[in-house]
Amino acid sequence: MDHKQRVELIIEGAGCASCVGKIEGALKDVSGVVSAEMNFAERTVSVEGEVPIDDLIKAVESVGYNAKGSEGVSEDDLMDEKEATDLAYYKRLVREMTIALTLGVPLMAYSLIVGEMTVTTTTERIVWLIVGLLTAGVMYFSGKHFYVGAWKSFWNHSANMDTLIALGTGTAWFYSMVVVFFPTAVPDMARHVYFEATAMIIGLIDLGLALELKARGRTSQAIKRLIGLQAKTARVIRDGKEIDIPIEMVLLNDHVRVRPGEKIPVDGIVVEGHTAIDESMLTGEPMPVEKKESDEVVAGTLNKTGSVVFKATRVGKDTALAQIINMVKRAQNSKPPIGRLADIISAYFVPVVMIIAVVSALVWLNFGPEPAVAFAIVSATTVLIIACPCALGLATPMSVMVGVGKAAEAGVLIRNGEALQTASKITAMILDKTGTITLGAPKVTSIHLVNAEDEDSVLQLASSLEAGSEHPLAMSIVESAQEQGLSPSAVEQFKAIAGHGVEGVVEGKELLFGNEKLMRDRRINVDDAVDVAQQMAAEAQTPMYFAVGGELAAIIAVSDPIKEDSIEAIKRLQKNGIRVVMLTGDNRATARAVANKVGITEFFAEVLPEEKSNKVAELQMQGEVVGMTGDGINDAPALALANVGFAIGTGTDVAIESADITLMRGSLHGLADAIAVSKATLRNIKQNLFGAFIYNVAGVPFAAGVLYPFFGLLLSPVIAGAAMAFSSVTVVTNANRLRLFKAQEH
Amino acid sequence: MLIINILGFLLIAGIVWWFWLYKPVDVSENSSDLLVTVKNGIYQPARLRIPAGEATSIKFLREEASPCAGTVVFSDLEISEELPLNKQKTIQIPALTSGTYSFTCQMQMYRGELIVSDKP
Repeated sequence: MDHKQRVELIIEGAGCASCVGKIEGALKDVSGVVSAEMNFAERTVSVEGEVPIDDLIKAVESVGYNAKGSEGVSEDDLMDEKEATDLAYYKRLVREMTIALTLGVPLMAYSLIVGEMTVTTTTERIVWLIVGLLTAGVMYFSGKHFYVGAWKSFWNHSANMDTLIALGTGTAWFYSMVVVFFPTAVPDMARHVYFEATAMIIGLIDLGLALELKARGRTSQAIKRLIGLQAKTARVIRDGKEIDIPIEMVLLNDHVRVRPGEKIPVDGIVVEGHTAIDESMLTGEPMPVEKKESDEVVAGTLNKTGSVVFKATRVGKDTALAQIINMVKRAQNSKPPIGRLADIISAYFVPVVMIIAVVSALVWLNFGPEPAVAFAIVSATTVLIIACPCALGLATPMSVMVGVGKAAEAGVLIRNGEALQTASKITAMILDKTGTITLGAPKVTSIHLVNAEDEDSVLQLASSLEAGSEHPLAMSIVESAQEQGLSPSAVEQFKAIAGHGVEGVVEGKELLFGNEKLMRDRRINVDDAVDVAQQMAAEAQTPMYFAVGGELAAIIAVSDPIKEDSIEAIKRLQKNGIRVVMLTGDNRATARAVANKVGITEFFAEVLPEEKSNKVAELQMQGEVVGMTGDGINDAPALALANVGFAIGTGTDVAIESADITLMRGSLHGLADAIAVSKATLRNIKQNLFGAFIYNVAGVPFAAGVLYPFFGLLLSPVIAGAAMAFSSVTVVTNANRLRLFKAQEH
Repeated sequence: MLIINILGFLLIAGIVWWFWLYKPVDVSENSSDLLVTVKNGIYQPARLRIPAGEATSIKFLREEASPCAGTVVFSDLEISEELPLNKQKTIQIPALTSGTYSFTCQMQMYRGELIVSDKP
């Protein structure tokens, strides 16, 4: 805390009013603290003084409480601050442009109407001297930032756009002043002045910068929308009273009330009431989601119907929304490999242009027609002014900014520029069946009794055994038993046999539950039941064999419904030429049935979890660029090995570290959207890079006068200034076109 | 004309030397409190030396309203941070192996170097 400042601390663990005196006392004892006042209801303390914040936190900790600095500036405030900075800069540029063009436009008009701006008589010398001084005023008031920037960069051994503008306009002005003061120093024919060029170039470049600033503002619209989702206040219940506090002050485990029509302020779990919540702003899922006790709610989503109280589980920077904002911001600022060449060129660009300007001037002086000096000055100035390193530098980041934002709007979080670029090149997509193509919430659909007497006893025993298992199929058995009102018994000697099943002892009976292979390994006769199992599998159910005391008791079939839009989304992928492959631990018959239903012809069945990455490698060996889609938990190694790993989130779980791209909604359309946005963004980057390269590669020689010997064409520095100013605006505007892109149509 | 040509070639040689060959010695070494000011199109200081194998932090103070000054990118480290105007922003640099890591604005016009070296 520098100078006398006020700092807000959030206090944790203060449960009674008597804590107030203790905390305030401890803070006041710290040398440099002028005052400390605690607001017990908000659990905050406001401290005034000149003390580092760490010392204040230590003082609070010394009396047995925890404290943390209020994050003070929210993302919202930061965005407002940035907009205010940009607006002030925009106004400054417009002011500077107006001054420059007020002089430049009449001069330009004069030169076009009257003709040559030559210095032949004393009167002309006096007039042009006055104009020269006025131009110097324009250079100072409207172009000072170019000259100061160029000067500072020069002494820093670097060169940038300022260098080119300062050199170009400076050369034109300096030459003109030489003509005014020492007309005899230059040949008769070369006694021109170029004050109009200096004023016009400064004005046009200021105009270009102002337009570019406006266009840049639009590129961050997506992140602005995400930040805007954040509520500003939360209604917390403390000591039985409901109080409105800024969301930065909400503590973990606070109980928060949200009424219909209000935004959820922090992440939490519902403890009271039920409602429907619109999560579309985060997940893209249009239907509101029903929420009751124990369900999760996410910051930024909109409470629609009922009033609920929830317990805060993630606050501040830990909320899913804060993480999404952070991830999108990082990705927007990261660069895909395609932009690296432009970066390398940018690093050498300006000095190379300076060298070209010198060479061009020398060529004109040595071989050019009279007035060679004037041609040399014009060509050197035009070369310096037309070259635009900014267009090259902006080409990639602006498109990435819009593309990543666009993806986020569709519920697709792209980790970085590299993932964005690779996703655009995917040729094969592996889809995990459970939870990706299907809902991942299997249900018991039929029980075929073999040696057992009734379904309930089978289900009761099976659910007792599976109670200890975390497999999704096991959970479906337990849930079905619960629905039937069957209570599980204790299980002993429980053992999971990876990829095959489980075994254990319940009520003294040895139980074995799993696939056909497990049964045969344990020499249990399943021959009479295989046909039934196959029939079940052909109907896209997963049959599981249940043996009691070494004898097959029943086959329990579970089925995992296919997500409503999986078929359509898979069609979209295939239509775009992507080879879609399904992967599942299920048996071949079930896998085939599901694959047939969703229109996939290629699948790998009975794949053990640890084998998933082998399948990714297999396709890579065939030369495919492989995308792998899974839930991000069991699939982590395969997701990491794939060229692009896609994790299908539950709508809120964005912290899937192993994935390059996270789909916030469960629909596979997110996958097709992600690829479509990546392709569109890469196409946009290529257009920008191509445009910027061509502009410079064609513009610089043209400005140097290569067409003059053939067609007598030599570019005016003013036209060069206009071209340069609008080249970067064009790049940013082209990037903004991506905002109109509709992923669903691709 | 000969003199002008010679001057021209000397100017080209000067550009090559000044912008590419010359190695500036302006290095800020106080690793506990590194502050880089972003102003007038440059980072000042533009060359920072930090020890290898130690995480460190660098404060950036942007004093220029131009949007070009608004983002600093350490591309090798996948760090890209926005800089608020007239406020210090601390950027955490992870422990690095020795070498030179550049930091730039988004358009590569503002350029600086982070020189990571083993302790003597």
